[in-house]
Amino acid sequence: MSTEFSNETLEKNSNNTGLQIVKESEEDRLMTLSVGPQHPGSGHFRFTVKVDGDYIVHCDPDPGYVHRGEEKMCEYRNFIQNIPHLERPVIHDSNNITYSYSLAVEELTNIQVPRRGQYIRAIASELNRQVYTLYWLAIYGIFLGHSTMFMWPTGDRELFIDLLEMLTGARVTHAFNIPGGVRNDMPVGFSEKCLRQISYFEKRLVEYENIFYNNPLMRQRTEGVGLLTKEDAIKLGVTGSVLRASNTPYDIRKAEPYDVYNEIDFKVQYMKSCDCFARAYVPFLDMKESCYIMRQLIDKIPQSGEVRAKLQPNPKGPAGEAYRRVESGRGALGYYIISDGTPKPYRVKISVGSFRNMLALPHLLVGAKLADMPAIYWALNYWPVEADR
Amino acid sequence: MSNKGGSNLNDTKANSSTKIEPSNAQPEIKQDNVLTLEKSIVDKLVSEFGDKIKIAYVKPLRVRVEVDSSDVIKVASFIKETLLFDHAESVAGTDYPKGNYIEVVYHLGSYTRDELAAHVLALATRTSRDNSSLPSLVNIYKSVEYHERETFEMLGVYFEGHPRNDRFLLPEDWADIPPMRKEFRIKGR
Amino acid sequence: MLKDLINPTNFNVLVGKLGDVLVKALDQPLGYAINWGRIWSLWPVHLETACCSVEFGAASGPRYDVERFGIIEAFGSLRQCDLVVVQGTVTRKMAPRLRMVYDQMPDPKYVIAMGACAITGGLYIDSYNVLPGVDGIIPVDVYVPGCPPRPETLIQGTMLLQEKIKRSKIG
Ligand code: SF4
Repeated sequence: MSTEFSNETLEKNSNNTGLQIVKESEEDRLMTLSVGPQHPGSGHFRFTVKVDGDYIVHCDPDPGYVHRGEEKMCEYRNFIQNIPHLERPVIHDSNNITYSYSLAVEELTNIQVPRRGQYIRAIASELNRQVYTLYWLAIYGIFLGHSTMFMWPTGDRELFIDLLEMLTGARVTHAFNIPGGVRNDMPVGFSEKCLRQISYFEKRLVEYENIFYNNPLMRQRTEGVGLLTKEDAIKLGVTGSVLRASNTPYDIRKAEPYDVYNEIDFKVQYMKSCDCFARAYVPFLDMKESCYIMRQLIDKIPQSGEVRAKLQPNPKGPAGEAYRRVESGRGALGYYIISDGTPKPYRVKISVGSFRNMLALPHLLVGAKLADMPAIYWALNYWPVEADR
Repeated sequence: MSNKGGSNLNDTKANSSTKIEPSNAQPEIKQDNVLTLEKSIVDKLVSEFGDKIKIAYVKPLRVRVEVDSSDVIKVASFIKETLLFDHAESVAGTDYPKGNYIEVVYHLGSYTRDELAAHVLALATRTSRDNSSLPSLVNIYKSVEYHERETFEMLGVYFEGHPRNDRFLLPEDWADIPPMRKEFRIKGR
Repeated sequence: MLKDLINPTNFNVLVGKLGDVLVKALDQPLGYAINWGRIWSLWPVHLETACCSVEFGAASGPRYDVERFGIIEAFGSLRQCDLVVVQGTVTRKMAPRLRMVYDQMPDPKYVIAMGACAITGGLYIDSYNVLPGVDGIIPVDVYVPGCPPRPETLIQGTMLLQEKIKRSKIG
């Protein structure tokens, strides 16, 4: 029986049995891989890639594993009740995500924030930027197989968390920024502790640079990988460190200074090389700059005064809308709030950096090698929980 | 604007915004440019499109333009090519059951023109609730691709010309009405 | 007769039977030894479900270092894992995946529900896309409350789990 087993007989037989012969085509060479959600290198996110040998030819992100309906929930709570759940999408950057919310609500309800409150806000926001970036850096270290870079930033991050805990009372979920200012004043001795921590951290940053950014293996894995040109970056509308790594100095703190940032002297950090290394290095430069900003903030803060404006129990303003942005760890973070004159918002839209940067993922992965996928993916400064909201 | 009646929410918005204006949260910026750039943007738009567009408000750093859904492509290309707002920051759909329309707002920003860096132009357009469909801006602004897809699944607005009007964030087996519609009530509320 | 006994299929059964007999005979000491081995090498699955994963990451950092309590950093393959730490909110989209991950793990397996969301739905109890507690889909051994739980709380939760394993019966 096996002697007569040729294509022709098979074809004849198949006509009888209904079997189809599939001719080999382009598609057969492609293999579809599903990355995530249970994958050491994906987090709460899944994307499918099609590979042709070693090269990725197609990529399709599939977010939404942490979609919790924040925007819908906002419509059922009043402006103050909304704060705790709005900071959950990025609990390690919670002061920035509630910052722009507070700014937008202040614009709607016409509240003025006292000067000291504005400074404390900015200090908390910068501290939280460090906490976020260190966490991001730790995971990037793991992605590149560099365990030291997981341990060091997670250790140093705890010191900043200690500071924030002293300031706000909670490790990561602070609910510190409220419309009208901040919840409480700085405790005694906070500025000194903060300054001591900054000088320690600036020394550590030098060590980070030596062990991680100057590491030849890390450089080989990131330099020249995943090029995102300036034109593409603008076309895709990416933001934050991804944009600044593509030779575009754009930072909301400089472009549209909110609260006290127009009194602070700092430079927008950007790089011209447009590759993964630049995307990994810009957050590092940001951390350095952030230390510099924090010193000035602590120096300039008014020594006494109110930290928050008096609020009515249920703040509300006239019907209207507001769109306010801040620079968070992942780039511009905007809130579009429509109010119909009641204490509850009519519609809240959160425009987050992660969701905008996701568009660059297929763009960068198509044509890249599969082995470069972790380096490209996490360098996009993408936090899936925030993107899903 | 397609006047589908009952747009009173929108009218109060326009009035109140002028009331808010003198005491805006950012007085520092307002003083050194007295809305000159905003005015020039508005002038250019008005001289190009005349009464096809409606300027809802001009606030410091924020301009809101409302257009009919049939003109949105033309206006958007003009905004991109002439005014150089080169990317979209967010696309927000809002449901107004009282006026029986859904409003989609594109927030456009600019990376290329330095003096526009702080400005956001809100381009608003409307569609009816029952047969919601709008022309997609994805060929003009590539950056709206995922935002429009999200708007489709959250509000059920079909974007003509969009490569994928498809489920995005919701579970694969979502069989309810789109959740951001106002008649979708969440548990126990 | 003898041939029948030692052919390859029967052989496994025979060894299994022998093991059962041994376990019965040596129940106390052997069970203790096996449980002792289990509690010091708990491998968590690398499945993050929501924001509590940040604190889980912090717990494996140098300050809290859960490895000294026998929780190894989450990097094993699914087939080698015996612990699921449900790190927060389980959405309707994640729920089938979580169940699938749980089903693929070999016995014995343990579940820690971390955070208010995993216990009852927490802050998101009225959201349209969130399960009200993970115990509806997988059996939970230890609940660790908090939003997010501090790493110390997580460590205490895992120590409770170890206590539970130590007292469980083998076979
Ligand atoms: S318990 Fe709190 S921190 Fe944990 S997943 Fe839920 S909301 Fe996030």
